[in-house]
Amino acid sequence: MKKEPVKAKERDSAARVRDFEEVVQVFSEAEALREAARCIQCKEPKCVSGCPVGIDIKTFIGQMAKKDYDGAYFTIRRKNNFPSICGRVCPAEYQCRKACVFTKKGEPFASREAIGIHFLERFIGDYGAGKALRVKAAGDDALSRVKVAVVGSGPAGLCCAGELARRGIKVVVFEGLHKTGGVLRYGIPPFRLPRDILDLEIDSLKKLGVEIRTNTIIGRVKAVDELFAEGFSAIFLGLGAGIPSFLGIPGENLCNIYSANEFLTRVNLMSAHKYPAYHTPVNIGRHIVIIGGGNTAMDAARVAIRLQHMNGIEPDTTIAYRRTEIEMPARRLEIEHAREEGVKFRMLVKPEEFMGDEKGFVKKMRASRCELGEPDAGGRRRPVVIPGSSFEIGCDMAVIAVGLGANKILTGVTPRLKTDKYGDVIVDPETMQTSIKGVFAGGDIVGGEGTVIEAMGMAKKAAGAIIDHLGRKAD
Amino acid sequence: MKITSREVLADSQGVSIVKLVIQSPAIAAKAKAGQFVVLMVKEEGERIPLTIVEADPGKGTVTLIVQEAGLTTKLLAGAKAGDSLYSIVGPLGHPTVIKNYGKAILVGGGVGIAEIYPVAKALKGAGNHVTVIIGSRAKGLLILERELKAAADDCIVMTDDGSYGRKGFVTEALKELLERSKYGLVYAVGPIPMMKAVSGVTRPFGVFTLASLNALMVDGTGMCGCCRVSVGGKVKFSCVDGPEFDAGQVDWQELSSRNSIYNEKEKHICRLRNAG
Ligand SMILES: Cc1cc2nc3c(=O)[nH]c(=O)nc-3n(C[C@H](O)[C@H](O)[C@H](O)COP(=O)(O)OP(=O)(O)OC[C@H]3O[C@@H](n4cnc5c(N)ncnc54)[C@H](O)[C@@H]3O)c2cc1C
Ligand SMILES: Cc1cc2nc3c(=O)[nH]c(=O)nc-3n(C[C@H](O)[C@H](O)[C@H](O)COP(=O)(O)OP(=O)(O)OC[C@H]3O[C@@H](n4cnc5c(N)ncnc54)[C@H](O)[C@@H]3O)c2cc1C
Ligand code: SF4
Ligand code: FES
Repeated sequence: MKKEPVKAKERDSAARVRDFEEVVQVFSEAEALREAARCIQCKEPKCVSGCPVGIDIKTFIGQMAKKDYDGAYFTIRRKNNFPSICGRVCPAEYQCRKACVFTKKGEPFASREAIGIHFLERFIGDYGAGKALRVKAAGDDALSRVKVAVVGSGPAGLCCAGELARRGIKVVVFEGLHKTGGVLRYGIPPFRLPRDILDLEIDSLKKLGVEIRTNTIIGRVKAVDELFAEGFSAIFLGLGAGIPSFLGIPGENLCNIYSANEFLTRVNLMSAHKYPAYHTPVNIGRHIVIIGGGNTAMDAARVAIRLQHMNGIEPDTTIAYRRTEIEMPARRLEIEHAREEGVKFRMLVKPEEFMGDEKGFVKKMRASRCELGEPDAGGRRRPVVIPGSSFEIGCDMAVIAVGLGANKILTGVTPRLKTDKYGDVIVDPETMQTSIKGVFAGGDIVGGEGTVIEAMGMAKKAAGAIIDHLGRKAD
Repeated sequence: MKITSREVLADSQGVSIVKLVIQSPAIAAKAKAGQFVVLMVKEEGERIPLTIVEADPGKGTVTLIVQEAGLTTKLLAGAKAGDSLYSIVGPLGHPTVIKNYGKAILVGGGVGIAEIYPVAKALKGAGNHVTVIIGSRAKGLLILERELKAAADDCIVMTDDGSYGRKGFVTEALKELLERSKYGLVYAVGPIPMMKAVSGVTRPFGVFTLASLNALMVDGTGMCGCCRVSVGGKVKFSCVDGPEFDAGQVDWQELSSRNSIYNEKEKHICRLRNAG
């Protein structure tokens, strides 16, 4: 007899669109226990193979069911430094939950019945952080004498720093922005990942002895070779995929056409929604169009509709996407939340041109309708423009959320560091070592745009290889 | 990030220009002519770009010259020696390509005069014959005249109202020079209409002309795309691809309208602040 899945409570959409407070509520203990009890503790747990960092999901859920929350926390922490973050942002429906035995065969995403692994992880993560359960740095004499530099404080950099610090290695993280977290802070809005949670996870690294230097762009104030000369024995690059892509269509530089990175950075990092108490402005259109179908597009749309509500503007925010909902790369939960919050969706729409007024401000978008053709290399059906189907949508603001490319601020000045045709850093897939000995890389700068947990997976692999490398060096 | 000294260079007709020396050894060690920093005055502040006018690696300081435009520059100009900035990052942007162009003309308008100063020194150091043309609305707003006279071979001063130097726009002096002699480079920094006019003047002479653009910026590292400009029909990010571009290729109309995106909002914040 199957028990009903427990869904995490969510704030009512009418209230949540007026602020940036967290939408999904954490499980109560009773809810967590009920959900944990649904797990049948498979002999050969499929869920683990679906987790990019291989969290022992079965064991931690088993410990939870026995109320051994400390044990569950440490089980997760063995593989994942930031359970409170991953429990909130992981696309579980493509990963562990999709692999869970309760997912029906042939379904594109996890079934409703799949265990709510991410909700459980989040419950335990918050529990551990709240109790200040800390993984202690192991004193390892040979390693405590070496220093490692980590460039970038996104999930890849932070994870690598954590792994190394736990072994007693002295780690210095260099971050170009004035705040840490990478996309976790400037991209993902606080209503999905509250800032106190992020700060708590980063603080736990500082307590492990990790030093963080913000406002420091490696490649500008210090070159890679200078870091070695300063006594760093190895370097990890977690540079992210920082460059926004545009559509390359006429009118794209009109006023009030933002890249999602700019729009989200103004709000999430610079608090433009609190203007004028915070000094960074952002414009808020009456008719906003968001182009794209990934997490970035969902975040931009949900931020946009909040800004409209908070400014007393009749909400009108539309996501325009070239394919259909099933092909959207965004998390399913985010698509659902965006819809609940009043974001409109227009599928099979390909923008052709933006038109503006005499002052250079966008006024409308011309687009074509598409139909789905044959699957492309990635298996997704390709959008094909229907000839003569062009139409116009009125909009006084647009946000382009169609992907990110590699940031070249460091690679461009480090010719020995080999990159591929996309500008991504080339690594040995086993060790994550780059073409420069002692320099390792992971996260979006290696794989292109990915997920938080994939970035962390690569960082962990690199951390292991760095420790090997240091061990060999120490001898 | 401490401000070690502050000096008012100009304060008249409602325009105020202030020179600040800031402690930042890492930036001072690496800064080259043509580069800039992005700074925040306080935690709630905006990130704004400012040219590195001078860098002293020995003292570990960088010099910035800022003209009050809106709230952030006002807060910055109002800071005192001893105050600390919330953040400063740099050096950003491509350094100016310094080589021997033969004879070069540098045109600076308003606070743009500050920005041609490091370039003038570097070009002079590379063996160029350097002429600077500096212009402002009136005498009281002219900055760095003494420094530029010392740094360059020739210095021509223009004021709109004729209260000092010659009366007229910098472009008039520029045209006369180009008619008389051959130059390898014209370099211009100032208000957009001035830079656009300079490119119009140099075009018939076929002189290589660079302008350092003042696009709006957020991060300054290529991450946001706020600073995008069209140059020769291609989209460039001025923080990482610039800030200098071939002046003849720049879409000035687009730059000018993109810089006005927040005009309504900024007027509002300044009114609020002035009232409060
Ligand atoms: C809006 C948005 C929403 C997303 N939502 C999700 C989600 O829900 N779930 C999910 O799993 N994934 C999501 N992703 C993807 C995920 O955020 C990324 O895959 C992940 O952040 C990559 O981590 P990273 O550490 O490689 O890079 P980043 O997070 O990009 O961090 C890189 C950091 O390095 C710094 N840096 C770069 N160059 C230098 C240098 N030379 N010197 C010093 N510092 C430097 C940058 O300033 C930045 O802070 C989202 C992405 C975006 C943009
Ligand atoms: C690479 C670079 C180097 C710069 N160097 C200097 C410098 O050395 N000294 C200096 O005084 N200024 C410099 N600027 C311009 C400076 O960044 C702006 O004046 C500043 O951002 C205005 O901020 P604010 O909050 O005080 O004014 P805001 O309130 O933002 O704006 C006030 C008014 O100025 C306009 N404005 C804002 N930013 C700019 C801009 N970038 N260009 C043109 N108009 C603008 C606005 O549209 C508005 O009308 C530079 C800009 C760039 C891009
Ligand atoms: S596959 Fe599902 S049911 Fe089986 S152990 Fe993993 S979470 Fe539990
Ligand atoms: S200022 Fe953000 S990309 Fe140039």
